[in-house]
Amino acid sequence: MNKQPSFPVRVLKGFGMFWWDFLVGDTPEIFVAVLVIIGVVALLSESGHFNAAAAIVLPVLGVGTLGASLWRAKRAAGK
Amino acid sequence: MLSVTVSSGVVVLVGAVFLASAVEMIEALTIVFAVGHTRGWRSAFEGTIVALLCLGALVAAFGPALVHVPLDLLRLIVGGVLLIFGLQWLRKAVLRSSGLKAKHDEDEIYRDAVAELSAQPTNAGRDRVSFVMAFKGVFLEGLEVVITVLTLGTSAHRLGLAVIVAAVAIVLVGILGVVVAKQLSSVPENAMKMAVGVLLVSYGTFWTGEGLKVHWPGGDTMLVGLVAIYLAITWLYVAWLRSSAPKQATEVSV
Repeated sequence: MNKQPSFPVRVLKGFGMFWWDFLVGDTPEIFVAVLVIIGVVALLSESGHFNAAAAIVLPVLGVGTLGASLWRAKRAAGK
Repeated sequence: MLSVTVSSGVVVLVGAVFLASAVEMIEALTIVFAVGHTRGWRSAFEGTIVALLCLGALVAAFGPALVHVPLDLLRLIVGGVLLIFGLQWLRKAVLRSSGLKAKHDEDEIYRDAVAELSAQPTNAGRDRVSFVMAFKGVFLEGLEVVITVLTLGTSAHRLGLAVIVAAVAIVLVGILGVVVAKQLSSVPENAMKMAVGVLLVSYGTFWTGEGLKVHWPGGDTMLVGLVAIYLAITWLYVAWLRSSAPKQATEVSV
C-alpha cells in the first residue's frame, strides 16, 4: 500500500526539484562549468599578481562553456 | 564619468528585466488565452490573479531579505545563478537560430493547450481545471521574472527600478495581448530571448567577477564591453552551427 508523503515533504521535494530543473536541468555541463569557473577565478583573484588575468579568464571561460555546450548539442543532433 | 558608468549599468538592467518579463508574459498570456477561450474567463482570471498575488508575496518576502546579505556574497551567488541561467537561455536561442532546435511557436502551444483543455470534462460553477492551468501557467512563467528581478535588482541595489520595469513590461504585453485579442505569436520572441540571454550572461559574468573581487578594466563600463563580447560570440556561434550543419533535420532535446 502506497503511503502519500506528508505536505511538508512534498513541498520540500517540489522546492528541490524546481531548483534542480532550474540550475541543472538537461544542461549539467553548464552547471558544472560555472562551478569550475568560480573556483578558477577565485584562485586567480586571490593572488594579487593574477587579478588582471582573472578579468580575462572569466569571460573567456564563459564563452568556452557556451561553445562546449553547443558542441555537445550539435553532436547529439547528429546521432 | 560617474553618470556614464551608472547609466550604462542601468540601461543593461532595464533592458534585461524588460525583455525577460515581456517574453515570460507572452508565454503566460498564451496559456491564459487558451484557458479563457476554451473554458470561460472567470476561472482563468481567478487563477491568474491568485498566481500574481503569490508572485508579489515572493518579491515582498525575499526582496528586502536579500538586501541584508553581504554584498560580495550576494553578487557571487547572483552572478553564478545568472551565468547558469543566461548560458541556458543563450544556448537555446543559438540552437533555434541555427535550425538545430525548433523555434518557440506560441501558435502551436496555444493549439496544444486548447486540445488538452477541450478533452477535460467541464463542471458547473467554478472550473478547477481552468483555475489550475491558468495559475500554473502564470506562476511558473512569473517565477522566472521574479528570479530575474530579485537577482538583478538586489545586486545592483536597484530593486525598486527592476520591479517597476518588470511591471511596465507585463502591463504593456497584457494590453497588447488584449488589443490584438489573440496570443502574441507575431512578436519576435526568439530574437528577444537571444537578447535576454546575452544580457543575463553579461550581468552574470560581471557580478561573479565583482563577488570574487576581480578588478574589471574600466570599472562598471566593462558591463557594456561584456554585452558586446557576448553578442559577437553569439553571432559567431550561430554562423558556425549554420555552416557546419546546414541540412540538420534532427531536433536537439533541450
